[in-house]
Amino acid sequence: MSWCCCNSVCTSSSRQLLATSDLSSIPSRVSNVGLKQKRSLCGVPKVFAYYGLKTPPYKLDALEPYMSQKMLEVHWGEHHCGYVEALNKQLEKNDMLYGCTMDELIKVTYNNGNPLPEFGVAAQVWNHDFFWESMKPGGGDMPKLGLLQLIEKDFGSFTNFKEKFIEAALTLFGSGWIWLVLNREEKRLAIIKTSNAVNPLVWNDIPLIGLDLWEHAYYLDYKNDKANYVNVFMNHLVSWDVALGRMARAQAFVNLGEPKIPVA
Amino acid sequence: MALRTIITKRTLAGALGFRQQHRSVQTFSLPDLPYDYGALEPAITGEIMQLHHQKHHQTYITNYNKALEQLHEAITKGDTPTVAKLQSAIKFNGGGHINHSVFWKNLAPVRDGGGEPPKGSLGSAIDIHFGSIEAVIQNMNAEGAALQGSGWVWLGMDKELKRLVIEITSNQDPLVIKGPNLVPLLGIDVWEHAYYLQYKNVKPDYLKNIWKVMNWKYASEVYEKECR
Repeated sequence: MSWCCCNSVCTSSSRQLLATSDLSSIPSRVSNVGLKQKRSLCGVPKVFAYYGLKTPPYKLDALEPYMSQKMLEVHWGEHHCGYVEALNKQLEKNDMLYGCTMDELIKVTYNNGNPLPEFGVAAQVWNHDFFWESMKPGGGDMPKLGLLQLIEKDFGSFTNFKEKFIEAALTLFGSGWIWLVLNREEKRLAIIKTSNAVNPLVWNDIPLIGLDLWEHAYYLDYKNDKANYVNVFMNHLVSWDVALGRMARAQAFVNLGEPKIPVA
Repeated sequence: MALRTIITKRTLAGALGFRQQHRSVQTFSLPDLPYDYGALEPAITGEIMQLHHQKHHQTYITNYNKALEQLHEAITKGDTPTVAKLQSAIKFNGGGHINHSVFWKNLAPVRDGGGEPPKGSLGSAIDIHFGSIEAVIQNMNAEGAALQGSGWVWLGMDKELKRLVIEITSNQDPLVIKGPNLVPLLGIDVWEHAYYLQYKNVKPDYLKNIWKVMNWKYASEVYEKECR
């Protein structure tokens, strides 16, 4: 549950969501505030949140020393939480977009390149969920099995892929993300740079790994040393297990074993 | 810097096989700050100013010089694909150099007049175009807060139409990208590196506080110069 939300400067709407969850998991000082403020006349709290903040699959200090607890507290607890809050606030005003899954919401609000105002926040919510899951304590090392084979097929070698990935990260201008994706049309892996909040879902590609290159993702730990951050991500944080799982799931949608039948 | 010029001339002459008069590539260097790193506290911390100046701005300059040299070589060789490919690096790093050079000048410590509202022709122009200085500040802060990603907020002047404008540019695009006659009077860097260590994600606080060290004197000087 999103109990961590209340440790940061999140507003009342997330506390409303809190009130309906299991109170025993919430620190007591927080739960009192939530309930006191938000009870309606019947004593049943009203809930307005459409999307919730997912917690990363590890404790906030689990990625030390490569990504500090402080960094995660601010990045997840304030930035990511803030995006969720902003999204819910925007959706309150316009219920046409209510009821979409996150993936659908991103494609719809991207509007084929002419993004609606909700796109920025919606995509950033998704991007950060994806990012936390793309990392794990004790990450790095090498991919295995089918994913390694695919990387070797499409990039020549894992070393070459790693070089290209790092190069792409260092030549991205401004805020954005770097992705390892499975390109649906070409049925091959590719490294993609995107600006600001854009992600490969908008081109119908399937992301396997995502790296946040907005400055807020590394500034507290690495200051301006982006190269160090990217290398640390590749060597110590990236979760190839998750990427393998994503690739396996992707194969339900993209037939990589299709024989090349020449067209007459 | 002089040594670099010599090396550039020599390598080019060598590559072409004969001595030739070359206009060597101009290299740029980091301008000094007109004040100490800590002079803008508490609005902007000394740590941020030092990193911003010595690392970020310096990196833009280094990469700009590199791109210019590569461009010079590519032009000499007639290598059009490389010339085209270098454009984005030149725009980004050159823009970064221009923008930050203006930025250091449009900030000033409080004791040197930072935060003092403009008098004279710029003050009147602001009252005419926007109603008040507060309106300008509010407008620019709103634009800055709404900007997603990296970029700059500018108070600029259209030197042909003799009109003040508020514009945002993304990444390191200089103001001139928004209009060839636009001259920057004041710029606010809203890249996260400009405020993160101090304000974290609370960008609106940074935008509110930076006005306490805004060098309106510089803006007035530029305005008066362009008005002549």
